[in-house]
Amino acid sequence: MRTINVSEITSNIKEMCIEANHYLTEDMDAAMKKAVQTEKAPLGKQILNQLQDNLEIAAKEMIPICQDTGMAVVFLEVGQDVHFEGGNVQDAVNEGVRQGYTEGFLRKSVVSDPLIRENTKDNTPAIIHFEIVPGDRVKITVAPKGFGSENMSRVFMLKPADGIEGVKNAVLTAVKDAGPNACPPMVIGVGIGGTFEKCALMAKKALTREVNQRSDIPYVKELEEELLETINKLGIGPGGLGGTTTALAVNINTYPTHIAGLPVGINICCHVNRHSVREL
Amino acid sequence: MIINMDKYIKAPISDQDAKELRAGDYVYISGILYTARDAAHKRIYETLQKEQELPIELKNNIIYYMGPSPAREGRPIGSAGPTTASRMDKYAPRLLDLGLKGMIGKGKRSEEVQKAIIRNGAVYFAAVGGAGALLSKSIVESEVVAYDDLGTEAIRKLTVKDFPVIVVIDSEGNNLYETAIKEYQK
Repeated sequence: MRTINVSEITSNIKEMCIEANHYLTEDMDAAMKKAVQTEKAPLGKQILNQLQDNLEIAAKEMIPICQDTGMAVVFLEVGQDVHFEGGNVQDAVNEGVRQGYTEGFLRKSVVSDPLIRENTKDNTPAIIHFEIVPGDRVKITVAPKGFGSENMSRVFMLKPADGIEGVKNAVLTAVKDAGPNACPPMVIGVGIGGTFEKCALMAKKALTREVNQRSDIPYVKELEEELLETINKLGIGPGGLGGTTTALAVNINTYPTHIAGLPVGINICCHVNRHSVREL
Repeated sequence: MIINMDKYIKAPISDQDAKELRAGDYVYISGILYTARDAAHKRIYETLQKEQELPIELKNNIIYYMGPSPAREGRPIGSAGPTTASRMDKYAPRLLDLGLKGMIGKGKRSEEVQKAIIRNGAVYFAAVGGAGALLSKSIVESEVVAYDDLGTEAIRKLTVKDFPVIVVIDSEGNNLYETAIKEYQK
């Protein structure tokens, strides 16, 4: 048994919210740099160059990469031998988000009720996903999610007979509909299988996988590569203003499902695919 | 093939400038922009329904669909990139009919908005989505002029210098999102 004070959760999450909103992860940064070299459209290249300048200014002057600093999505993988002390873990996460968004000059974009719509003024509550895993460590992933791309995300409850072609069509439909709204170049997280909510959660989690890391499952890896190639032939391009860089990666996760179903969740992310990962 | 022209214009925008801009033009705006997004548009709309006076002048002005992150000390504004324009589609035609000449955002617009742009000789610009740090450097001053209680969604009067945008829908109804994509479709 290992004891962790929840104040450690708070202080780490605070720093991670600020970090994720000012610096891209290495894999995302490399993918954005590579895109500048490979983009064929002159205007597309110009936009990708502006995005390079944007990243530089963000890091150097501590101005968030994007003004939509997102709703804070937090994945907590908690080792089953961990004992928390010092308070409620959920409160500790929200306190970290509150401190990070307030002290880090991040935008407060959360409303307390979906219809009454009053801003909570500290970007809480976070969306928290807990997972119990073996061991005595705690892995925290903070993934602030902007809503330009979140709004273009979809869940399709396909029929088993739709098969892999149905999955491809679903992904392409979502990407085409998203177009310029989702701030391309996008990263596409896909969850295939499970249930209605499981496929959406897998899609969200797929966005936190490194963009240059393909699936371990051979057919899924092939599907990721084929979809990326097809998406980049749609012509949408950087900013949706035409070009050959519409997506940087398609990350797919799968899970067993029911004999009657083929759920597909597609979570679209913009080029500011933010996440910060730490292990306590 | 679209020929991209670099143009420099003043805001508020003259009727003539608005009419002459073409989809694909790369435009640098200097002057005054007003920010308004979802909540401010809802209030503007309700104010019009009640036939009351609006807190800002619409005639020949440009609205920037944007809600900034907070400014650090010594800076006029925080990160300041465009939000998705289609959420304002419900309100935009009415505002265009009342004299609004330009909108800056990102993403597709509805048929109704496109028609209102043509009818009023107006223009829809895109700023690069997700480039909020870079775009903030073209904003010289920022002042909340209405709906302060809305926080980031308040109406701000921005003074901008060479603020970079691209014409997406022009007064003739040409739409860069439609034409540019076709060029690179395989």
